[in-house]
Amino acid sequence: MDNMNKDINSMPKKSLFSMQIDLKKFEKATDEEKKQQDVMSESVSFFKDGMRKLSRNPLAMGSLVVLILIIAAIFIVPHVVPYSYSQIITVNGKRDKSAANMAPFEYSDLEQEYMAEGGKVFPHIMGTDEMGRDYFVRVVYGTRVSLSVGFFAAMIVLIIGVLYGSISGYFGGKVDLVMMRIVDIIYSLPDMLMVVLLSVVLREILNVDSIPMLQKIGTNMISLFIVFGLLYWTGMARLVRGQILTIKQNEYVLAAKVSGAKSGRIIRKHILPNCVSVIIISAALQIPSAIFTESFLSFIGMGVQAPMPSLGSLANAARAGISVYPYKLVFPAVMICLITLAFNLLGDGLRDAFDPKLRR
Amino acid sequence: MGKYVVKRIFLAVVTMFIVCAITFFAMNAIPGGPFDGEKAVSPEVKAALEQRYNLDKPVPEQFVLYLKNILHGDFGISLKTGRDIKTTIFESFSISAKLGGMAVVVALILGLFFGSIAALTRNKLPDRLIVFFSTLFASLPSFVFATLLLMVFCVQLGWVPVWSVDNQNYVLPVIALAAYPMAYITRLTKTSMLDALGQDYVRTARAKGVAQWKVIFKHTLRNALIPVITYVGPMTASILTGSLVVEKIFTIGGLGAKFVDGITNRDYTLIMGTTIFLAVLMISVNLITDIVYKIVDPRIKLD
Repeated sequence: MDNMNKDINSMPKKSLFSMQIDLKKFEKATDEEKKQQDVMSESVSFFKDGMRKLSRNPLAMGSLVVLILIIAAIFIVPHVVPYSYSQIITVNGKRDKSAANMAPFEYSDLEQEYMAEGGKVFPHIMGTDEMGRDYFVRVVYGTRVSLSVGFFAAMIVLIIGVLYGSISGYFGGKVDLVMMRIVDIIYSLPDMLMVVLLSVVLREILNVDSIPMLQKIGTNMISLFIVFGLLYWTGMARLVRGQILTIKQNEYVLAAKVSGAKSGRIIRKHILPNCVSVIIISAALQIPSAIFTESFLSFIGMGVQAPMPSLGSLANAARAGISVYPYKLVFPAVMICLITLAFNLLGDGLRDAFDPKLRR
Repeated sequence: MGKYVVKRIFLAVVTMFIVCAITFFAMNAIPGGPFDGEKAVSPEVKAALEQRYNLDKPVPEQFVLYLKNILHGDFGISLKTGRDIKTTIFESFSISAKLGGMAVVVALILGLFFGSIAALTRNKLPDRLIVFFSTLFASLPSFVFATLLLMVFCVQLGWVPVWSVDNQNYVLPVIALAAYPMAYITRLTKTSMLDALGQDYVRTARAKGVAQWKVIFKHTLRNALIPVITYVGPMTASILTGSLVVEKIFTIGGLGAKFVDGITNRDYTLIMGTTIFLAVLMISVNLITDIVYKIVDPRIKLD
């Protein structure tokens, strides 16, 4: 055995053109060599890779943390703070008329008396408003209303835009042409004017009082949603159509078709996963835009129904006493700023992390 | 090119017609006629009034008549003040146009300037500062920004006088109006400038030894301008809607303030008139921008 091995090892150097087999190449691999073949890192899915990229972006991560904190706050705070958004502060069962327009962490005379007697009063973290309601709770509720308005508007845009865009993009041809001309026309309508116009009309003709759930948010918000459903989806529809048209032409879709995949499978497995990130990002960016629209409507007096607050209506109401109580404008304004900023930065970060076209 | 222009004009006309139709039928859907107001009018007077304003005719016919009147520039009279809406619009629009025009110029100049600086000092301090402030301005509602400006510079510091008919100081309203478009143009210019700086012809120019300022102005900025042109249409819309807010806050009697007044007073003919006027204005600006864009950049293929 030993002898034979030696023989192999000491084989004469083969000439360049010799057919002689180099037996070394056919030896069993040692453990060390096998190890080299092991996959060093786990295979990374598209989602994981994107998340890793996102986690390296400090601005986007900061925005994510801020948003999570805000969302946690709007759920937790109403349970912790003993005031409600529409309730005038009452001390010991008595309405406290002196508690209006207090500065942050100030206590009214009645409250101070009550505290001196040993009662406990929850501090007014942001003071109170002109009617003696706790401002902190109102800002929190306002954030809740503004965020949900933004969220629902984004959902409406998402649903209509994705359906319309994918029908148009998938069928192509004449259907696409007609559908896109309609989009062109709707797109060139001046949206803000239409929002105002429809709000003016709908507040006269809509009767929401019969439906208690809608009654709380008021006609103006319903008309805001209607306008979003009528006008704002065009951008989304164009985006989805464009995505589907480009993805449809890719080789892997052709390969899937050649290997006999049905169109349902192609849409599910090939087209949707490739455009879903772009769609979600652009839907997320609708939220700040809807919050902006809502605050604009509040400014011209067509925001949410009182006493329900929204950030826009709070900021607008605060303008009246701006020189005396500037903090009442500052709190809701900072919240609007934080939310839009966080959504925009997070959206940019997500786009950088998930948009395959940006990878170089 | 000619085909494109014709198509674009056709689309604009269709859009204008749709705006008129939406406005007319939406306003018609509001229950109650314009003369069911506070004061009771005798039936004869009411009938006479309705005949005068064609309200006795069927709705489609009213619409055709309304369109005809608009084409003649006749928007009817205000329900609250009784004034001719056309004169109201033109009087107040001259103020708004002045304000908006100045805001456009300020936004364009400063936006291009800051955007170029940001692109040229990429990832350095000036770039970071500019990006921070442009993001901040873009995430502040205009009425909050305008109120803060008014409070700080008019009331607290007293640097700028409050707006009055004799003392028309445009500084603060223009800043308030220009802030958002300026922030947007800054970001737009930065990206397109960075894109242009990476092009081969810029490297060639540098390799030839062309002076830095010449590279920037002749080779980069000119090409970076093209995407900015596309923003002119949306910018007009944003400045017009912004003027609703800014004029109200600074108590300037422009068209925007008239529109908001019309909404608060439920002055439907005024709302109709201003909506159609502003919409036609925006659609025309969009049309012109699209055509100019096509002329400026022959690379762009618009189907």
